[in-house]
Amino acid sequence: MGRRVFFEAARTLVAIGAAFVLALIIIYSVSDDPGFALYHFVVAPLRTTRYIGNILEMAIPLIFTGLAMSMMFTAKQFNLGAEGGFFIGAVAATAVAISFDMPPVVLPFFAILAGGLAGGLGSTVPAVLKAKLNASELVSSLMLNFILFWFGIFLINNYFRDEMAGAMASHRLNPDARLIRILPGTRLHFGIIIAILFVVLVYLFLFRTRWGYALRMTGQNIKFAEYSGINTTAVIIYSQIIGGFLAGIGGAVELLGMYSRFTWFQSPGYGWDGVIVAIMARNNPLLIPVFAVFLGYLRIGADVMARFSDVPSEVVAIIQGIMIMLVTAERLLSGWRHRVVVKEQMKLEQLKNGGVNHG
Amino acid sequence: MGSLFNLIFSTTFGYSVLRVTTPILFATIGAMISIKAGVVNISMEGTMLTAALTAVVISGYTGSALAGLIGAILIGMLLGLMLAYFALNLKTNIILAAIAINLMASGGTIFALFVISGDRGISSSINSQMLPRIIIPVLDSIPVLGGIFSNHNILTYVSLISVFFVYVLLYKTPLGLRIRAVGENPNAAESVGINVRKVQYIALIMSGAFAGFGGAYMSMGYVSRFSTDMTAGRGFIALAAEALGMGRPLGILLASLLFGAADALSNSLQRFRIPSEFVQMLPYIVTILGLIIYAVRQTNASKRHKAEDRV
Repeated sequence: MGRRVFFEAARTLVAIGAAFVLALIIIYSVSDDPGFALYHFVVAPLRTTRYIGNILEMAIPLIFTGLAMSMMFTAKQFNLGAEGGFFIGAVAATAVAISFDMPPVVLPFFAILAGGLAGGLGSTVPAVLKAKLNASELVSSLMLNFILFWFGIFLINNYFRDEMAGAMASHRLNPDARLIRILPGTRLHFGIIIAILFVVLVYLFLFRTRWGYALRMTGQNIKFAEYSGINTTAVIIYSQIIGGFLAGIGGAVELLGMYSRFTWFQSPGYGWDGVIVAIMARNNPLLIPVFAVFLGYLRIGADVMARFSDVPSEVVAIIQGIMIMLVTAERLLSGWRHRVVVKEQMKLEQLKNGGVNHG
Repeated sequence: MGSLFNLIFSTTFGYSVLRVTTPILFATIGAMISIKAGVVNISMEGTMLTAALTAVVISGYTGSALAGLIGAILIGMLLGLMLAYFALNLKTNIILAAIAINLMASGGTIFALFVISGDRGISSSINSQMLPRIIIPVLDSIPVLGGIFSNHNILTYVSLISVFFVYVLLYKTPLGLRIRAVGENPNAAESVGINVRKVQYIALIMSGAFAGFGGAYMSMGYVSRFSTDMTAGRGFIALAAEALGMGRPLGILLASLLFGAADALSNSLQRFRIPSEFVQMLPYIVTILGLIIYAVRQTNASKRHKAEDRV
């Protein structure tokens, strides 16, 4: 067990290292002043409270979508619907935050709950299609992302749009619905605490409940799980619904924490980022926040670099891609791992033989 | 409703169906070849996008649309090769590797466009070329048919011919037999001496080449420029079209046309008093419906098989 973790960690480090080498090559080949650009990419984001606040506030949505994806990946469900779930969750939270008048704490609670329910309801479609008809959840969830996006835009445009606002935007959210800021000098909001709470909840669910056990068993070997009496159809459904629920909560928290109106007329892409975070964290809920912060750091670094130098921030897309490919490359370092295992085994054999000779 | 009827049964609508089907059809053919070999390529979206940019850049700098097309096909094959290397040699889960390619393509094209031309998001400063339209001599003068089938971009005809090509390839050649054998049962294929990995490499590279065609059409035929995320999910729709067409050449042609029609309808329906958001959703809703129909048929078929087995 320990060795497996060691090699997984080594592979992650190699992947991150390789991605950074590639980033170096790209920055050096496109920039007139690569040292300056690199400084703003790597060092500058860690030097001011404001940037650190930016990194942490960016990590919040990534934690939620990362948890959502890891929940579904753990059950081996390739549902890529966190993108749509996140978006519709934010729309639902907007609807509640504009329409209702409730005291603080209560209003955001209901708005976030609405977001979660909307996300969960959305992912019911691919879940049920997969469980009942064996239709590919991959394709249906991808299609659903587009449908939820346009449905969300429809709701905002027709029911919550502020005609007075210059650009396309919803009415102002009820201030009581907004999440409070918790770090002076930054925009870091209470959502980070909700996010950590959900990290713990997801961990407890997966590793301390019967449902979580069934979910993990189904992911490891669905046939075996079925023969052991686990209701795998139920797992297929609830793993995806919980995933959509988590993504929806993420959208709601992001909206209530960072915005005073709904202004997304392009999907913000956090669902796909959740895939990256879940893969880097090997679907381990406790590692999700670590890699969410890491990805946030890369993003903020790239933004800072783009602002001050001549390297566009999209360089980070290339870095992410390489990281995903290498982290999940099972063969990477497998030769090394194999040699280590063989060597240990031989040592063990020798010891055993030695023991026999003595006796 | 009468005007809607008139719209659908007009030559312009027929023409635009073929026009918007072309990229979907290319991507679907590519997806089908990969799926037939048992290695689903869901990076069609990102590959098409990368190819679309490549076509614009190369045709802009060489002044030759043909060079742009060749560049697009080559970059498509290269991405197919990359996916194959990661999935087959490094044992990366092929779906995750393809997601990585899609993510890289989405940001990487913006990055590359900016570095190459200084443009942000739209290739306005590159003087890229268009692939020619073709007027088919006799057909063009026939009233309705001419209006629907003539005067299309050359790649529209290539896409239709490709359906026939892929039929011959898969069902009439030794390579096609190997591709299908590998997809059906890799162990059995291996046991009769087929090099499974090599066949899967070839299939993924070919699927990339078709994505390259689709990308070139997007930026040198459908429109005359590159713009951010211009493929807009067509690479994903291709997966659904493949499923709906049940992996048969004629089936995927009809399925692609169906999605093309939904897409064309969504373009034309904007004139009617239907909320534009619902019109935008249409192709994706049709896709899910298609998926359901396909899945129901599959389930019924397997139930029948089981029933027959019992007898």
